[in-house]
This record gives sequence, C-alpha cells and structure tokens, in this order.
Amino acid sequence: MIPVIGLAIGIAAGLIFEPTVPTDLQPYLPIAIVAALDAVIGALRALGERRFNDRVFVVSFISNVVIAAFMVYLGDQLGVGSQLSTGVVVVLGIRIFANAAAIRRRIFHA
Amino acid sequence: MPESRWRSLLRPTFPLVTVAVLLGILGLAIVAQIHEKDDDDYSNVRGDDLVELLKSLDAANERLSSQIDELTTTRNGLLSSTKRTEQAEKQAKLRAEQLAILAGTSGATGPGVEVIIQDPDQDIDASALLDAIEELRDAGAEAIAINGVARVIAQTYFLDEDDEIRVGGREIKRPYVIEAIGDPSVLEGAVRFPGGLIDTITTRGGTATVTKQDKVTITALADVTTPEYARPSS
Repeated sequence: MIPVIGLAIGIAAGLIFEPTVPTDLQPYLPIAIVAALDAVIGALRALGERRFNDRVFVVSFISNVVIAAFMVYLGDQLGVGSQLSTGVVVVLGIRIFANAAAIRRRIFHA
Repeated sequence: MPESRWRSLLRPTFPLVTVAVLLGILGLAIVAQIHEKDDDDYSNVRGDDLVELLKSLDAANERLSSQIDELTTTRNGLLSSTKRTEQAEKQAKLRAEQLAILAGTSGATGPGVEVIIQDPDQDIDASALLDAIEELRDAGAEAIAINGVARVIAQTYFLDEDDEIRVGGREIKRPYVIEAIGDPSVLEGAVRFPGGLIDTITTRGGTATVTKQDKVTITALADVTTPEYARPSS
C-alpha cells in the first residue's frame, strides 16, 4: 500500500510543480523510465508469485536505470546513440511483455 | 500465512519506504517527461537526427529557391509577352479604325466644311457632282458624305438616272449637301478659288455655298463588299 501511495504522491507532485527536465538528463530520462517500468512490472510479477523481495526490487530498479542511461550515454559517445537506445527499448519492451504475460496467466489463467 | 504477508506490506518499514520513494521518483519522471514532450518538438531529438533534419531542410530550401527562380523567369517572360501582345493589339485596333474610316464602315467626326449645291434647273449631273467631290478630295478631305445618306469612298460611283443622281446606288435628292471632314480652311479655299467648285457649279447653272464647321459628324456608312477576285498579293 505504501509504494502505491508513493507513486500517487510522485505523480501528483509532477502535475502540481510541473518540473522541467534538466538538459543534461534529457537524452537519458525516456530510456531510464522504460527501464524503471521493467523493474516495476517484474516486481508486480514477483508480488503475484509471492516471492517479492524489496531489496531485490530496489537494487534491480536502480541498476536498470543506471545501466540503461549508461548505454544511451555510451551509444551517443560511439555515434550509434539512436540505434543503441532503440535496442535497449526493444529488449526492455520484450521483458515487460514477458512479465505482463506471466501476470496475466496468473490472474486470468489464460 | 498470506494474511501476515499482506499486513507486513502495510507496515511502513524501511525497505517499503525506499520502494515507495523509488516509485514516487518514477511517477515524477514520467509526468515531467510527458510535459517536456508537450513543450518542444525538438528538445528530445538527438544530435545526429537534428543534423539529418537540418540537411533535409537545407536540401528542400535549395530546391524551393531554384523553383522560385524558375517561376520568376517564367512570370517575367509571360509579363513581357503580355505587354507585347497588348501593344500589337493596340496598333491593330488603331489600324482598323483608320481603315474603317477609309472604307466608310464606321462613322466619323471632326472639323470640316459643308457645301450646299442648289440646282433649281436640274442642270447639275453626275459628272459635275463627281468633279466637286474630286475637288474636295484634292484638298485633303478624309471622309465625305452626300445628303447624309451616301458615304463617298474609293468604290463609290456617280450615275445619272432620269432626273436623279445615284451615288453608290443611293438616290440623291436636291439640294445636294456635301459634308467633308478635313482642314476647314484648306477645304474652303479649294472650294472658293477662281475656277474651283463654286465657279464650275455657277457655270453649269447652279449655285454653291460653303460653310466652315467646327464639328462635322458623318453617320452614313458605305456598303461592305467582300472582294470577289482581288486577293492580297503579298
């Protein structure tokens, strides 16, 4: 319950204060958000399978975000920024779909 | 023991608060990113893409300017040709007007003289009238009409018929009124000079008077005939 409240507070704060993304973070934020979503969906699946571990979630969340941002940074430095970020998004998207499918199977048995 | 597990999720322990904070940051980031996208279309485009975009815009720009040049040239050409056509049209119109006056197919107006020939004894015949017309032509009359009905042009013929005279097929009644457009004083002089029109008419038994007019209007038109045999030689 508390994590859900945290999410709600975050969204509310974003709507109220309308923060602008710092220019330095601009290229990385979209990929970081997708990576974080991957961690969140994974956590939801673990929660459903009753093997949720908050330590694992915190570590995977942060590492996902950092690695995704780092890959985008590295891609930009190598001159393959757009291709690499596309690749990262594809991989994370596949993971999100896989986790979502597992959750769906648990809930709907389908 | 699912009950206790759910309860443990409700208790604000340190790890749970950490998770909540992370999720809060995620929510904030999502909202901020969405707002950012609304703000500006290009702020999220990476450098390479921007360069590509700029290149394609440059190419489009170049293409469009060359198109502008082309179209401007075409427009100038059309403008000058329109002007030429206009001039040609104006000249053709002027020429048509001149020819219409010569051919007697349009009315004419201008300064001139009016010659009235009284012929009580019916002594004036066609040749005398033709002599009078020739006199006026010699003095530079540009348009001539007799009695307001017969326009005198190159093809006009003069014919005696019983007691009447026919001019270009039209019957002319006495007295004869000849209207001529031209330099009034020159025309008058040509009519008056000794041995001229007035003298000739008087010798033949008629009387002639001439008056200068500031404005003579000739409305009589000659019949238009299409040449049957003659063709332009050029």
